[in-house]
Amino acid sequence: MKAFEYNRAASVEDAVAGAAAPGARFIAGGTNLLDLMKLQVMTPETLVDISRLPLDQVEHLVDAETRIGALVPNSDLAANPLIRQHYTVLSKALLAGASGQLRNKASTGGNLLQRTRCYYFYDPSMACNKREPGTGCSAQQGFNRILAILGTSEHCIATHPSDMAVAMRALDAVIHTLRPDGSERAIPIADFYRLPGDTPHIETVLEQGELITTITLPPPPPGVQLYRKVRDRASYAFALVSVAAVIDVQEGRIAGASLAFGGLAHMPWRDPQVEAALIGQAPSPALFDAAADALLEGARGYGHNDFKIPLARRTLAAVLRQAVEMHA
Amino acid sequence: MQLSINGETYAVEELDVRTSLLDLLRERLGLTGSKKGCDHGQCGACTVLVNGRRINSCLTLAVMHEGDEITTIEGLGTPEALHPLQAAFVKHDGYQCGYCTPGQICSAVGMLDEVRRGWASHVTDDVADAPQLDDAEIRERMSGNICRCSAYPNIVDAIREVAQA
Ligand SMILES: Cc1cc2nc3c(=O)[nH]c(=O)nc-3n(C[C@H](O)[C@H](O)[C@H](O)COP(=O)(O)OP(=O)(O)OC[C@H]3O[C@@H](n4cnc5c(N)ncnc54)[C@H](O)[C@@H]3O)c2cc1C
Ligand code: SF4
Repeated sequence: MKAFEYNRAASVEDAVAGAAAPGARFIAGGTNLLDLMKLQVMTPETLVDISRLPLDQVEHLVDAETRIGALVPNSDLAANPLIRQHYTVLSKALLAGASGQLRNKASTGGNLLQRTRCYYFYDPSMACNKREPGTGCSAQQGFNRILAILGTSEHCIATHPSDMAVAMRALDAVIHTLRPDGSERAIPIADFYRLPGDTPHIETVLEQGELITTITLPPPPPGVQLYRKVRDRASYAFALVSVAAVIDVQEGRIAGASLAFGGLAHMPWRDPQVEAALIGQAPSPALFDAAADALLEGARGYGHNDFKIPLARRTLAAVLRQAVEMHA
Repeated sequence: MQLSINGETYAVEELDVRTSLLDLLRERLGLTGSKKGCDHGQCGACTVLVNGRRINSCLTLAVMHEGDEITTIEGLGTPEALHPLQAAFVKHDGYQCGYCTPGQICSAVGMLDEVRRGWASHVTDDVADAPQLDDAEIRERMSGNICRCSAYPNIVDAIREVAQA
């Protein structure tokens, strides 16, 4: 690991001031950053330790929003009675991720910002535009079975590995930040992540030194909430394909559908056309197929990951079937 | 910097800030019960308890734990007075080579506490309900601890016995 300067932030203001300079990074749970620093994939010059800042509460606000501190550990968020009752898809997604030990350390903010598990990104001896812009993408011709089929570019086909973020995308979370100049902003999760394009090293709209302070969830949409994760082993593995769904069926027709997908793209994926294909329709295998057609219209496999196209289709259909059965 | 480990206070001077909690325990303090398997959070051999919660000590910096209460396998029991989980692992032969065992046991201690607090898991039917700790639950909750000898059936037996006691 490269040497760095370590500072423990005394307040959020102190944190953003300390991380304003290029080369500085926040450290929360450290479970992703230290992993990458050991391999010298990430080499920050300064670490600003935010782990003791008082951003560890889950609060139910008067306007029925729920506010989650950026430092709430993943396990505490999954176990929170409010989240278990009203945002079950979020609890389920969190519990499908990592291990008990990791969830105890992983923070809500850090989970949103965890980086891709692309093998070549993790290997500094290989070309990777995300790690070192302009060097090329080893994955396109390489082992890419875990990588993306939607929203890719010729420069990068990485996926975002988070389960939690997929549920938050389905729930329309809003990410609240503080910038070094003292200004705050609220970023809908739909606008938070970027597609790789020709700058795959820039993954979100956050600026240098911008601190995630809280995440808010609007009241949950009506309907059943499901999270289905397909992976290489039954536990403790990243998603090949995952679906977060909130589905409402009224009088035999789909009245509401909120669907987000993991393992398919550089960001938790959501496509309004998929939801539009479903709403107002009576559930049937043909309808689920039409929704999958909408989802996978622009999908492209890179060899090893071709299987994700039929897998995403089947997983979406299975989730929709289950949601409808739960209404019956 | 002062650290509280297994009820004792350790003063650590001139610590390289890069030192993981695991390396501090093993290399500086001679507490070699916690094991280094993968050093990347993928195997669980380094599991310790921090303020009663199980974590991977390889993926955290020692300097971040000033003032925390750390418990390692050395702090759970002694050869004369084994912790119930240590005794159950011996009784049920919950290992072959033993390398993953300290991590398995620390993890199981933390896991049983999570169950007592009513935390659900990925295999709990309804996440809003308090879980019943059947074998599927034990397996899911212990999935962060890999055993290369594959002593899993005996590990599950040991943990089940302690959970039901
Ligand atoms: C073996 C293994 C298996 C895993 N499996 C899964 C899985 O199946 N599913 C899954 O979703 N995840 C999985 N993970 C990833 C895990 O969820 C992440 O490592 C974790 O969520 C990161 O959170 P952290 O607090 O530890 O982040 P850190 O490592 O502390 O930080 C990550 C990044 O976020 C930045 N950051 C942190 N907090 C803030 C903030 N408040 N504001 C601005 N920037 C911030 C840091 O600067 C850093 O760049 C796994 C990890 C491991 C090691
Ligand atoms: S897919 Fe992205 S992360 Fe992977 S090698 Fe190519 S550029 Fe790097």
